[in-house]
Amino acid sequence: MQIKLVSSILGVNDTLAAANRELFREKGVFVLNLMSSPGSGKTTILERTIEHLQHQLNIGVIEGDICTARDAERIAQKGVPVVQINTSGACHLDANMIASCLEDLNLDELDLLVVENVGNLVCPAEFDIGEDMKVMVLSVTEGNDKPCKYPLMFRESRALLVNKIDLLPYTNFDMDALEQDVRGINSAIQIFPVSALKDEGVEAWCQWLTQLVRRKREK
Amino acid sequence: MNCMHELALMQGILDVVTKNAHSYGLRRITKIKLVIGKLRAVVPDSLEFCFTTLKEDIPLIAQGELEVEIKEIEGSCRRCSHQFLVEGYRFRCPQCECTDVDIVSGSELYVDYIEGD
Repeated sequence: MQIKLVSSILGVNDTLAAANRELFREKGVFVLNLMSSPGSGKTTILERTIEHLQHQLNIGVIEGDICTARDAERIAQKGVPVVQINTSGACHLDANMIASCLEDLNLDELDLLVVENVGNLVCPAEFDIGEDMKVMVLSVTEGNDKPCKYPLMFRESRALLVNKIDLLPYTNFDMDALEQDVRGINSAIQIFPVSALKDEGVEAWCQWLTQLVRRKREK
Repeated sequence: MNCMHELALMQGILDVVTKNAHSYGLRRITKIKLVIGKLRAVVPDSLEFCFTTLKEDIPLIAQGELEVEIKEIEGSCRRCSHQFLVEGYRFRCPQCECTDVDIVSGSELYVDYIEGD
């Protein structure tokens, strides 16, 4: 007997993500899903972003890691509410993990919730968590060939932060080739070259982000 | 990294299959047919490996085989409505050069059908 299913493998996740999205809409919280490979500088970018924006916006953070609370400890030092999720092996966050930690955050008091996903260029792009937008980080030390190797994440992201630009002189990273490849995959993507360590280019990213957060708040 | 990706997906697939098998009263699954778009960056060999490993613990599926159909990426131009095959992940209309392209096919990820008795 053959049974036609055509059921999405991510169906359960998508249903939970829709519920998260509705809750975020109700509370007027803008949710950012931050993704990249391990070591590209997501946490440092987040630290700089918080420093730039915490006087204008109430920011909360969910930190996803396979294990340890090191990133959450770094973020907590910035004085913003942070919840750590340890996936104990899973290479991405899913909508259920987000839903189950929301009670530890007071959404009524937040304008912006940043979810720092597990470092991985493949799986996080597959799992909707109910975010308003996906943003990814690529560091120059990873090489400019990544868009063609991992196109889905570049396709799904509204913005790309190219981090560690202070290291450009020491690598063979080709910024023009990168831009061309990324725009070939996603012509609407915003690209922000930054050095989180040196706090270069972060202001432009923060201004763009603030506009989006405000727009959702006004709705 | 790839294997973890396929492992998570295969767990989701086997959940879907198990639930449906129960609701249709199947006691043995002989075949699972998947449709996966190229954009999903799934490695079929890796998926097969995860399938073989996981199914051993599920009597319902242990004898089943897996068939995977990979779908090419197809785009549709928002300006001139031309439909075309996206090669090398270049989302550009070959007819009018526009880069505003909708994905028509290539991001599939679903169980097409199951066979069993």
